[in-house]
Amino acid sequence: LTTHLKLPVLAAVCTGLFGLAISLAFFYAPADADQGLSQRIFYFHVPLALTAYACFGWGAWKALRYLRTRDERADLESYVAIHQGVIFGALTLLTGSIWARISWGVWWSWGEDELVLFLVLFLFYCAYFMLRFSVDPGPARANMTAVYALFGVVLIPVSFLAIRLSKQFIHPVVFKLEGPQMAGSQFFTFCVCLVAMLTLFATLYAIELAGKRLDRSLRELKELLT
Amino acid sequence: LTQSEKYTAAAYLVVFLGVLVYAVIIGAKLQRLQREVEQLVEIVKEQRVGG
Repeated sequence: LTTHLKLPVLAAVCTGLFGLAISLAFFYAPADADQGLSQRIFYFHVPLALTAYACFGWGAWKALRYLRTRDERADLESYVAIHQGVIFGALTLLTGSIWARISWGVWWSWGEDELVLFLVLFLFYCAYFMLRFSVDPGPARANMTAVYALFGVVLIPVSFLAIRLSKQFIHPVVFKLEGPQMAGSQFFTFCVCLVAMLTLFATLYAIELAGKRLDRSLRELKELLT
Repeated sequence: LTQSEKYTAAAYLVVFLGVLVYAVIIGAKLQRLQREVEQLVEIVKEQRVGG
């Protein structure tokens, strides 16, 4: 993911996939009989949410690796993944709010467990940065943030399952045990959009990580020279 | 444009703008790193001249 050779390839694949995803969402997938055009927000909104979960999960995995190996690189990777997760989470909340406005007539519904739990998950990871930047860099900070990242990952299945456990069903349930509740062409479009979003995460993750590592190396070099 | 079209366009625009803002921030950070590399090159040159 993080080698220099892979980054241009990732970026090119990501651009191509996004072009394909948008084309499929607007010109291939059939219009929804109930919601019409606004249903097409689904093709970006749900992949954004799933990618945010993937980012937080990846961040927790790297945090676990840090706690096992005490490798500073794992700490940095965990931080970058969580940073990406917060960005994808913010975009999920924004697109979801716009979709809610056109579908339900409100920007937000506090009665919806899915929405509130996603917001809790998002705020939990926002607080991760408050913790990280309130402690001086070093092993103590890395340990604390790693444990925090691991605690947060528990909220992911809760947030994901909330919609299925909820008594209220304003928020649609699309993926059930029987399979996806949509046409084959819609599901194919959704899968392409999800792969495009995950590739975007991989690309941004690689770019940010390369920048952070370069920054760290430059600081070390500066200290050696001055 | 209908209401549905406006909101759908807004949702896609939000994602596009989000990625664009991120790219601008990363670009600014890269510029800072570039300046720091140039400073380090100057330090090394001065040390060579002085040494």
